[in-house]
Amino acid sequence: MELTSTWYLVLAAILFALGATGLLVRRNPLIMFMCVELMLNAVNLTFVTFGNDLNDLGGEISVFFVLVVAAAEVVIGLAIIVAIMRRRNEATADDLSALRG
Amino acid sequence: MIAPVQLANLQLVELVWLVPLLPLLGFVILMFFGRRLGEPVAGWLATAAMGGSFLASVLVFVGMLGLEGGESGERIVEVKLFDWVVAGDFSVDIGLLADPLSVTMILFITGVATLIHLYSIGYMHGDANFSKFFVYLNLFAFSMLMLVLGDNLLLTFLGWEGVGACSYFLISFWFTDEANASAGKKAFVTNRVGDFGFMLATFLAFFAYGSIEYGEMFSGSAIPAGTATAIALLVFVGAAGKSAQFPLYLWLPDAMAGPTPVSALIHAATMVTSGIYLLARINPILAASHDWAPSLIAWVGLFTALFAASIAVAQDDIKKVLAYSTVSQLGFMVVAVGTGVYVAALFHMITHAFFKALMFLGSGSVIHGMNDDQNMKRYGGLAKLMPITAGTFLIGWLAIAGIPPFSGFWSKDEILVGVYDNSDIFANKVLFVLLLIAALLTAFYMTRLVILTFFGPPRWRDEVTGEALIESDDELPVRHPHESPWMMTLPLVVLAGLALVAGFINLPFASDLHFLGNWLEPSFYFNGHSNEYHAAAGGGTKLTLAVIATICAIGGIGAAWKLYFDKRGGTGPDAPAIMAQGWGYDNAVSNFMGGPGSKGFDALAEFDGKVLDGAVNGVGKLIQLDGSFLRRIQNGLVRSYAVLIALGAIGLMVYFLVVST
Amino acid sequence: MEFVVFIIAGLLAIIGALGLIGFKNPVHSALSLVLSLFAVAVLFLNQDAQFLAAVQVIVYAGAIVVLFLFVIMLLGVDQAEDLSVEPIAGQRPIALAIGAGVLALSVLFISVAADGGATGQQSVTAEKVDSITGTAQSATAALGDNQTDGTETIPNIEQLGRTLFTDYVFAFEVTALLLTIAVVGAVMLARKPKGELAPLPVIPGRSGTTDETEELEDA
Repeated sequence: MELTSTWYLVLAAILFALGATGLLVRRNPLIMFMCVELMLNAVNLTFVTFGNDLNDLGGEISVFFVLVVAAAEVVIGLAIIVAIMRRRNEATADDLSALRG
Repeated sequence: MIAPVQLANLQLVELVWLVPLLPLLGFVILMFFGRRLGEPVAGWLATAAMGGSFLASVLVFVGMLGLEGGESGERIVEVKLFDWVVAGDFSVDIGLLADPLSVTMILFITGVATLIHLYSIGYMHGDANFSKFFVYLNLFAFSMLMLVLGDNLLLTFLGWEGVGACSYFLISFWFTDEANASAGKKAFVTNRVGDFGFMLATFLAFFAYGSIEYGEMFSGSAIPAGTATAIALLVFVGAAGKSAQFPLYLWLPDAMAGPTPVSALIHAATMVTSGIYLLARINPILAASHDWAPSLIAWVGLFTALFAASIAVAQDDIKKVLAYSTVSQLGFMVVAVGTGVYVAALFHMITHAFFKALMFLGSGSVIHGMNDDQNMKRYGGLAKLMPITAGTFLIGWLAIAGIPPFSGFWSKDEILVGVYDNSDIFANKVLFVLLLIAALLTAFYMTRLVILTFFGPPRWRDEVTGEALIESDDELPVRHPHESPWMMTLPLVVLAGLALVAGFINLPFASDLHFLGNWLEPSFYFNGHSNEYHAAAGGGTKLTLAVIATICAIGGIGAAWKLYFDKRGGTGPDAPAIMAQGWGYDNAVSNFMGGPGSKGFDALAEFDGKVLDGAVNGVGKLIQLDGSFLRRIQNGLVRSYAVLIALGAIGLMVYFLVVST
Repeated sequence: MEFVVFIIAGLLAIIGALGLIGFKNPVHSALSLVLSLFAVAVLFLNQDAQFLAAVQVIVYAGAIVVLFLFVIMLLGVDQAEDLSVEPIAGQRPIALAIGAGVLALSVLFISVAADGGATGQQSVTAEKVDSITGTAQSATAALGDNQTDGTETIPNIEQLGRTLFTDYVFAFEVTALLLTIAVVGAVMLARKPKGELAPLPVIPGRSGTTDETEELEDA
């Protein structure tokens, strides 16, 4: 069996789907965040695969930037979680529903 | 290369915008400064404005005389002032149409109005609201002139509404008395019913012609007969309201509650003629309608003429007699319009304006002299004491009765000839006979009025000498009748002169003497043919008809003389009470409006409130319900929102998948 | 050889992902994430993206996940979350459906793309021309393989560097700005607030980590 880029793409799709499911199912905000990171990773894998496939450096550059932005996002996100979750340890995402209509 | 002389004529005609402008200026100045100017300066200012307007009308007339008449269409001049409404296909401008018809109208409107303004200075002397009266009079003049000069239906309607409003203001001028206020309201509301017809006619005209400007409407292609009939009859509804035809005549007798100059100006000479004017203006539409429509109009006019004449016989109030007489004479004019002899209708309009205004002003003089008592049963013997008033009034009487050579004879006769001759009108010979009877009744009740007022022994006690010349069981009122000041008698004299000679503008003997007919020809000449019915009767027939009419008039006078002239002071037989009450029609309308009518209106109001308002509110409620239902999506939980985002993302993916394959 | 590496790394990645979403303890989840990230780094290597693999390990696994662990420890959120109860009605089935749907659609896309349908064969950005040798790089050569086929090969990191600082320099600068802002924001957010902390609004029965197992009705 030949290792074409399709395999990589399918793997990335699986990782992405797992991350999405985890995001929707879990309640702990930190775990939800980590699922987001998983999804970002799956996307990175896709980018590199395409870059490799099309002989284009743009894929790797994109991954580079995604990485940087993900890092910044994690920093801010965790700061927000810290700010909110200081008060109660067992707070979950469901407790933060003050914006209900 | 236009000859210099002709250019000047056209420029004179284009001065027509001065005609409504001067009363408008008078109105504005008096509205702001009237109270400060006070009596009598306010009155003189208003009269000067009307006089200036009359001079402008004369200039326009002179200018138009210099243009070529007949079928050339040169005498139809449109003066556009500025754009008014521009909305897509619909555009209306403020423009004036100066053609023989409108120039005729403005001449006699401004002339009579000037005289009546002068009269009012004397009549309203001492009234607390002196300047307000002239404010309304000038506004009325402006509205009437716009009505007549407007070059499209909307401007005419503007004037139409304006005169209706001013009529309301002026009828209820002494509104502290509730009867006067009610009369004003009645006039306005009844007019409104007619206005409804006018508005519908305007809408229909726009749909049929694509424009409501007279020039564009009448120069285009003809419209189907059904539409034309609808428009014509709707306009007739409006005219019936304004010109007091059955069944919308109710307001005119009640309108006598206003000051007498108002009755003379508005309810004799000008406003009530606007319906006739409008029907004459839309003569191409009338010509294009089904044949039964003009017949219907003629018969309604006849019915009104007879109906009102019969009521006038039974009235004791001098002004009410004149009011019903006006309704009846308007009926004559409507008959003429229906028969197609527009020239005769306008001729009668002009002569009627002169003699009816004269008689109204004369009655004002009498009422003034008799301490505001309007009951003729307490008059009598005033001829010697008020010579000028009596003399002029008698001229008016002879004119309306139709005695040659006074003006009324010529105009009424022309209508009769037209009716007799035009066999297109349904049962025109019967119509002719009935019209003759109406003329006879006219002579009859007018003679009764004159006798009871001016002749016979006085049925009152002299204030100075204290003696009464008759025996009576009732207490006789004390009066001191006297002649009025020159400001009031001068217009009487002028109008009397006009009532005497106005007949000569349209003598039937030769076409050269038929001035008015020739002059008005361009206004009725469209698409290569004339809408005016030219009687084919020969000279012999016309002479016979004239003699018959004169005999009827003399017969009416004679009968009244026999019945009512009583040296001993009796007032002659009283007519049956039902006639005096207008055959119960007025009461019937009041009862209907108060009873079932009012219930109907309440039901309508409820319908509006519940169904229509409910529908609008219902839309709001529906949105509210939707909102509160959709609100549930906003539960504030991040994970629910994440689900929604994911679902949207899936939707997008499906879309791209589908699109790409 | 590559195939075997791919299989092993792929399996490890999936196992890590499953662990991430399955473990109750957040620390366990974090460590599963690390496993997954390492596996992805190996996959990067497989595709001749050496620099990225290194960066992945250093930044992602070495910094980001460590940050996560710090926060977990700081807040003491290491208590187990009760996964047996789901407060929002219908969330689980929908989530599973979404996951399956995403997977299915992605696979569909890939299969369509592989046939030349969705994305086409051409790359949308300009093909990278080697600026030194002036010839287009072959697929393997462009990614830093050491081959002596006559053309000089440039290491992956150098290529990345060149491209980054010439074609993408603007994005680079903006990203630097972004990082600065993120740092400033984080410092502001994580300060201890002065004064008394207002309590979180407690909705009765809402929390899923207590022993209450009652279901809530929708709002």
